[in-house]
Amino acid sequence: MDSARRNFLKIAGLAAAGLTLKPAGNALGMGVIVPEPEGAAGFDNALSAKRWAMVVDTRKFTAQARKAAVAACNKAHNVPDIKNSKHAIKWLWEANFKNAFPEMAGPHVPPQVEREPMLVLCNHCDSPPCVRVCPTKATFKRADGIVVMDFHRCIGCRYCMAACPYGSRSFNYVDPRQHLGQTNVDFPTRTKGVVEKCNFCAERLARGQKPACVEACRNNELIFGDLADPNSSVNQALRQNFTLVRKPELGTQPQVYYII
Amino acid sequence: MYDKGKVITGIVLFVIVFTFPFWINVGKANIAPEPKINPEVAGKVCVEDKAFMKANHMQLLDEWRDSVVRDGNRTYMGGTGRYEMSLTNSCMGCHNNKAQFCDSCHNYVSLTPNCWNCHIESKENTNG
Amino acid sequence: MLEKALQGSKIYWAWVAALLGLIGIGFFTYLYQYSQGLGVTGLSRDVSWGFYIAQLTYLVGVAASGVMLVLPYYLHDHKTFGKLTILGEFMAVSAVLMCMMFVLVDLGQPKRMLNVILFPTPNSILFWDMFVLSGYLGLNIVIGWMVLHSENKRGELPKWVKILIYISIPWAISIHTVTAFLYSGLPGRHLWLTAILAPRFLASAFAAGPAILLLIMFVMRKAANFHVPDKAVNTLSIIITYAMILNVFFLLLEMFTAFYSNIPGHIHAFEYMFVGSHGKWAMVPWMWASVLLGVFSLVLLIVPKWRKNPKTLVAALITLVASTWIEKGMALVVVGFIPNPLDQYTEYAPTLPELVISAGVYAVGLLVLTLLFKIALGVRAEAANA
Repeated sequence: MDSARRNFLKIAGLAAAGLTLKPAGNALGMGVIVPEPEGAAGFDNALSAKRWAMVVDTRKFTAQARKAAVAACNKAHNVPDIKNSKHAIKWLWEANFKNAFPEMAGPHVPPQVEREPMLVLCNHCDSPPCVRVCPTKATFKRADGIVVMDFHRCIGCRYCMAACPYGSRSFNYVDPRQHLGQTNVDFPTRTKGVVEKCNFCAERLARGQKPACVEACRNNELIFGDLADPNSSVNQALRQNFTLVRKPELGTQPQVYYII
Repeated sequence: MYDKGKVITGIVLFVIVFTFPFWINVGKANIAPEPKINPEVAGKVCVEDKAFMKANHMQLLDEWRDSVVRDGNRTYMGGTGRYEMSLTNSCMGCHNNKAQFCDSCHNYVSLTPNCWNCHIESKENTNG
Repeated sequence: MLEKALQGSKIYWAWVAALLGLIGIGFFTYLYQYSQGLGVTGLSRDVSWGFYIAQLTYLVGVAASGVMLVLPYYLHDHKTFGKLTILGEFMAVSAVLMCMMFVLVDLGQPKRMLNVILFPTPNSILFWDMFVLSGYLGLNIVIGWMVLHSENKRGELPKWVKILIYISIPWAISIHTVTAFLYSGLPGRHLWLTAILAPRFLASAFAAGPAILLLIMFVMRKAANFHVPDKAVNTLSIIITYAMILNVFFLLLEMFTAFYSNIPGHIHAFEYMFVGSHGKWAMVPWMWASVLLGVFSLVLLIVPKWRKNPKTLVAALITLVASTWIEKGMALVVVGFIPNPLDQYTEYAPTLPELVISAGVYAVGLLVLTLLFKIALGVRAEAANA
């Protein structure tokens, strides 16, 4: 491949480190930007942040909202519905309080908290053990804090699954396409033999959309925003409420906060 | 040399077996297929010119892949404009005839790209 | 020297043929796993490492244990080990090869294996494990071969080989330490999150590895007239005894910390292993078997009369290997995943394809071991006749 173009891609990657290429292209004098072809619009309205985070307001959640959020996620990411629980793929799912917060469970948890499941997902840790152990950098933390998977690079060693203290990672023990009903063409499926997990909808953020689960929750049950922005909705929620994160004692610094 | 007969027979057998694919196919060469462009998009230009794409589409796709997944860059300045770096949306948006456009050549050189294990072929094929 | 492996009795060839048969069956079963995915194993979302990785862990110990022959001979001039170090080195070669194959069959995308080298990631312990294991393999191939070569030519061992031997001693410790670090640095896996995991691994390795080697020597004494000096057997069985005592001691230390501190996460795994938990108890009979076998072997080893009697010694060694294999080659890796991070209990048992593939890998290791030992014996016999 033409090396100038190669270098350009590399430089743009460094310079933009974010979600749009336009300023970098201009700065490098890469010629006139012609109008975008149809269908590729929306990359300049990408949502960006210094540190993405999520607040789960368990008080507001209804069973219906939880189901809607999980369904939206599964649909957006072609998450297969595998009946054999040993091979299940989970990005966003329901867990009871005693399972999400096993250290805090006990006989005197209010019945409401004990009964109502809550949503759990990848915590997009600030100090992610999965990233630390991955031998190929197939999983890595982006500048905006999102911990993502490069499915192309994953060798399927499952070290990250041993390292994750939240059980947020799934492995494709079988070909997931056998277990997919309708597929969403805008997102790939996975191949057997790779690990996967929630990606905070990085592909939607790039298009200016909030994560699918956040969008599916109509009453602000899920709040998503930039922790570095003091006025963001997540910061407001964190200021006004006492929140928990899962297993803070492990030093992973989870960025999904729970209002109980 | 010990076992002269055995050694020579062995060498001859090895040469015959090793060259088997060549002489079994002598005179039977297939004509290389021409990838077919979808008539609706004939005349439109690709992200780079034809010669470049013919020689480098695989490297370009690899660069796109790393750029999108690892750097979060999703658009590409091609020779003819700015494009979304997406196999499914950009490439297959025009070349939505995978069988005639991709497979004919790949099959001819007996190559099975892994792309389709995950990426979905085209919108037409998956509306069910 | 290689030609020594091509001359043998009918029994030798039958043994080689049997191993080749097993390798073939294992290979075809692997092709089945390759086409279907790791779903054909007993692994799950909760227990994501199982039999394969447990064998890797156990065999790294076997590989490292060769040092228990090399160290006394080269550092303390313990002469009776002189003719035996080569066996330790060749056993290490075979064991490391098996380790590598067990990693390979465990990968979801084996085709992309080279990504570990293409994208080197020093913060991953797996990267270092690959590095130390391949280094150890290289060291032992070169050292073993050169030792044999100098015996064949009846010459002195070149100096550079001696330097490699000195390097190989700490290197042996490093392979098992790094393998322990694979586990002991993970937050939230309480059974593994312990600073004495590496010493525990080394203790059980230095008990089980030499025990396996002694058993092999006894077989070779019967099958191939291999001469094992009694003094060497004595010293080795004393090493094995101390290592096993340490191994049991370390395990008891773990239990003390878990139960006296009374921290639930630390107790759960032990509870599940020894009495069962939440109605799940698949590991319980195995663990008690491991305890009984271990105690039995220790009694036989500690009492000098029994340790020195070849018959009781063999019984002690066999039960010791079984006990440590259950503890390390089955329980330790699997139970690290039980309960899962959400405090749920999912059990694991290997499936038939998993066991057949593992048998295939073991057959490759045994075949390599057989060929290497055959060469070593052949060279010895020739030197003795000359």
